[in-house]
This record gives sequence, C-alpha cells and structure tokens, in this order.
Amino acid sequence: MSTPLLEVKNLKKFFDTPRGKLHAVDGVSFKIEKGQTLGVVGESGCGKSTLGRTIIHLLESTEGQIIFNGEDITHINKKKRHYINENMQIVFQDPCSSLNPRRTVEETVQEPLLISKRLKSKASLQAETERLMDLVGVDRRLRLAYPHELDGGRRQRVGIARALSLSPQFIVCDEPVSALDVSIQAQVLNLLQDLQKTQGLTYMFVTHDLSVVRHISDNICVMYLGQLVETSPSKELFVSPLHPYTKALLSAIPSTDIYAKRERITLKGEITSPIDPKPGCRFAARCPYVCDKCNEPQRLEELLPNHFVSCCRAREINDL
Amino acid sequence: MRHKELTVETRIKKEGQLTQVMHRLRKNKLAMAGLYIILILIIVAILSPFIAPYDYTKMDMSLKYAKPSLKHIFGCDDLGRDIFSRLMYGSRASLSLGIIATLVSTFIGIIIGSVAGYYGGKIDNVIMRLLDVIQAIPGMLLSIAISAALGSGFINTIIALAIGGVPMTVRLLRGSIMTIRNQEYIEAAEKINATKLRIISRHILPNSIAPLIVSVTMGIGNTILMAASLSYIGLGIQPPTPEWGAMLSAGKPVIEKYPHLCIFPGLCIMVVVLAFNMLGDGLRDALDPKLKN
Repeated sequence: MSTPLLEVKNLKKFFDTPRGKLHAVDGVSFKIEKGQTLGVVGESGCGKSTLGRTIIHLLESTEGQIIFNGEDITHINKKKRHYINENMQIVFQDPCSSLNPRRTVEETVQEPLLISKRLKSKASLQAETERLMDLVGVDRRLRLAYPHELDGGRRQRVGIARALSLSPQFIVCDEPVSALDVSIQAQVLNLLQDLQKTQGLTYMFVTHDLSVVRHISDNICVMYLGQLVETSPSKELFVSPLHPYTKALLSAIPSTDIYAKRERITLKGEITSPIDPKPGCRFAARCPYVCDKCNEPQRLEELLPNHFVSCCRAREINDL
Repeated sequence: MRHKELTVETRIKKEGQLTQVMHRLRKNKLAMAGLYIILILIIVAILSPFIAPYDYTKMDMSLKYAKPSLKHIFGCDDLGRDIFSRLMYGSRASLSLGIIATLVSTFIGIIIGSVAGYYGGKIDNVIMRLLDVIQAIPGMLLSIAISAALGSGFINTIIALAIGGVPMTVRLLRGSIMTIRNQEYIEAAEKINATKLRIISRHILPNSIAPLIVSVTMGIGNTILMAASLSYIGLGIQPPTPEWGAMLSAGKPVIEKYPHLCIFPGLCIMVVVLAFNMLGDGLRDALDPKLKN
C-alpha cells in the first residue's frame, strides 16, 4: 500500500482548565489514504472538532505525531506553516460566523490568492475568482454580495471556495452541513463529493450526523471522550458495529422501515468528566457490559480486517 | 426571492465602500443635519477673519454688557467685545481642540486596544493594569496635571486632553475585539497565511469599530467641554484668544443680570455636541452592512 496522505499517531490535545487538564483528544491514531474520506463521529464535546483543528494546526498538539505526505509536521516553523496552510484547509460548521460580514464574496474568495501572491495581474486574479465561484456553484452576479445577503447553502459554498482557493490536498470538514436545511445539506454534500472526484481531495469529515457520514465516508472513526473507540470501513461499521458505544450510537438512527424490529439501546448515566479522567475505558460508567478489566487502559485491536475496536470484551460480546 | 435578486443586481453597479456608506448616510435626515451643522461650523471657523463683523479683541467700554441688538446680534461682553464675532473666532480653538485631541486619543487607543484584545493573556493584563492606573485619576485632574506640567499652548493642550481619553477607547475596543477574536472567520484568516497586521486591520477592526465611532463623536463634545474647563482655570488656550468654554465661564458671575453672556456660548457648545452625536448615530448605522435597506 502506498504511504497514506495523512497519518496521526497517538495524538493528544489537553487544555488547561482551573479544575485540571481537560483531555479533549487523548491518544488518537489513524491514517487517511489519498482521495479518501475519513468520517469522524461522536456526540457533542467528544473532541471531534478539536481533533480536526489540531491536525491542521489551528491548535497545537500536546503530544503525538502528525505525518502529512510522509513528512512530520507535528512541530512547525513559520515557513512550514505556510506550506501546511496551503495544503490543509478547513470548512467550518457555521457559515454565518466563518465569513467576515464586512467582506464581499469576491473579497473573501480572493484573499487567500492575494496573500499567496500566486497571481500577479488583476485580470488573472479576477479570472481565478470566477473560476472558483463557478466551481462551487455560486452565481457570478453575487460577486459583490455580503454574506448576510446569501442563504446558508450559498454561504457554505463561499466558505468551500475559500478553502479551495489555494488548491489544498486535504480539507477538514468541521460539521459543514449541520447548520443547513436538509435539502441544502444534500446539495452541499454532493458538491463536496464532486469536488473530491475532480480535484482529488482528501477529506476528514467531522460530524455527529450518522446518515451524512455513511453517505460520504470511506472509513469511519467513532470517538468517545477524546478517544477512538472504533474504526472501520464505513459499510462494515453500519452492518456490524463491535464496540458497545457504537452499537448504542447506531441504534439511535431513526429507521424508515416501520416493520423492522429494532432494539433501541438507551444509555444510562452521565458522560464522565473529560478533566483528568481515570485510566481505563471512559465508556465504562455507561456501558451495559462493564467488568473489572474495563478499569485498565484499553488498546485498539484489529478484530476484523481493517476494523479496530478498543474494548476488552468486544470479542466476547460479538462472538468472535 | 425575486425582490432579493433585484436588490443584489442593482448593487452590483456600486462603487467603493465610502460611496456606499455616504449613500446610506444620506438617507438618515438627522445624521445629515448633524453633518451639515459640523461642516458649516468648520467653514465658519476657517473663514472667521473674513466674515466676522468685528475684531474679537476690539473693546468698547460704552457697550459693556450690551444686550443683543441689530448691531451686535448676540450682545457684548464685560469688556464691550462683540460676542457674535468672538464665538466665530472661538469655534477655531474649540473645534480643532475637540476634534484633534479626540482623534489622537482614538488613534492611540485603537493601537493599544488591538494589541490587548488580539494577543490577550499576559500582554493584555499588563496593558490593562497600566490603564487602570491612568483611569484611577479623575479625568479632569489628569488633564490639569499634564497641562500644568507641559505648560499651556495648543499642542500641549491636545496632549493633556488626549491622554485621559485613551483608557476608555482601549476598554471599549478591547471588549468588542475579544468577541470577534473567537469568530471562525478569524481562524479562517489565520489559515490562509494572513499576517497579524492584516487580520487586525481587515478582519477584526472593521467588525469591532462600530461602537467606537459613536463614542468618538460623543467624545468630541466632551473634549470641547474639557478644553473649556482648562482655559477657565488659566491652562489650555490663553486669552485673548476666544474659546467657547472660557467665554461661558467668564459670563458665569453675571449670569442673573446678563444671561446672554452665557446663553450664546452655551448654545454653541450644545449645538456642536448634538451635531456630533447625531452624526455618530447615523454613521454607526451606515457602517453596518447588516442594517442595509
């Protein structure tokens, strides 16, 4: 297999809080192959967004290693930061706050090009802006519109155009559709998929929306309180989830089949605090299969080909 | 939807941002009234040697405390000088002091406030504690102290008036920058290799400066009053150069008998402050693209 575009090893991001260290991302490892999409799912506050932001250096990691295109980019200087910013971009969740309200669509899309000084002449800058706007499907006549004059879908398209303007290889999509209407969601998702095909992009798709992640991802990581609990090819995950948390998560997807007998797994108890957590499985407090061994640190194990689970009882539970 | 598209279409023909702001400002009658009053006063201040009916130093003891008449429409003061002419000349000192001192303090305030708000943490703490020291001294007292230390004169008076206004500007700007600072478009700007200067000047300041504009315009009125107080106690602008505040104070002892000595300078100050306030309010609305149409 070729070298993966992005490899993350044991990445940790802790925040200092008055009550102790908040383990937002705690020992996450994964790989993304070029041209593929990794979906990252988990409930709110489990560190999905922090993970994405740490990888692209919007936040600095506490520990671990990030390898991009075979190059270690964990610690970077200014020059390297420029290189990384040109190759790793982000599409934000809320198109309202991710666009400067006082800059027109054109200014927003053009700014990265302007700063990078790639295009010298005004005409080529203009042409490139128009090309980007066509690419993401924003009408050229909206060139001089302000973000508040656009609807959510268009705004998100402008955000995507900005992310694409430096022709990056890797884009972190930080819940790009969760603030949009369902019909617009589909449009934006299709746009992202088309762009992936035509531009050869690699995505890390952070979301809490399981149906979205199923639609767009090749592989899926399930996170719980900063840790990876399960990772597998996306098709397999939905058919045979192995970790008890994933099972509960997937059982929450509403079904359109009214005759299907479904067992809704309701989790009891509260999420454990991410501040200075105990070693061991973080899901233990809510897990129906909890046992003594759960208090020991868990390790990701490959139970099925390419399907990793971090649960000491996964074999037992799933009769493997 | 059709309507929305139409408005967008029409605006595509638009030009620069300044023209846009002016266009929106023009719709606001109050703000335009304020702007015209200010413009008229500035023209009067510049042209006062040519249009004033009398010399501001010309004394005529026979006209001591003369009531308003056709010859002297605002009457005469305790030395028989024409109040109308003195007010015209006085607008030079009052307006220039008020505007320049406020602009200087705003400029310094924007620089310090941007640094404090953008960097936060220790830098912010040090800056804010230093400003706390300045703010602990009453504004008037501070101006008097600086003015007394530096001596009177135009530049020194401006420095004396400007320093007291800085902490206020910094606090206001720092507060709004801190809310803007965490917006995702700032992260996006960092992500496209924008320099710190660019992020502050293009992304943060345009979005956080609106409250400042109102405070600046109101500050001009306040500074004019401060300048007046300084000249009242013998600092700031020196007689015989007329100054509205000084004229007001000069009329105070005889306010019951000859109220016109106080009324006209007082009215002038009031009208200027009001005009700046109306303009400031209008500007705030005109500068906000969200309130358009």
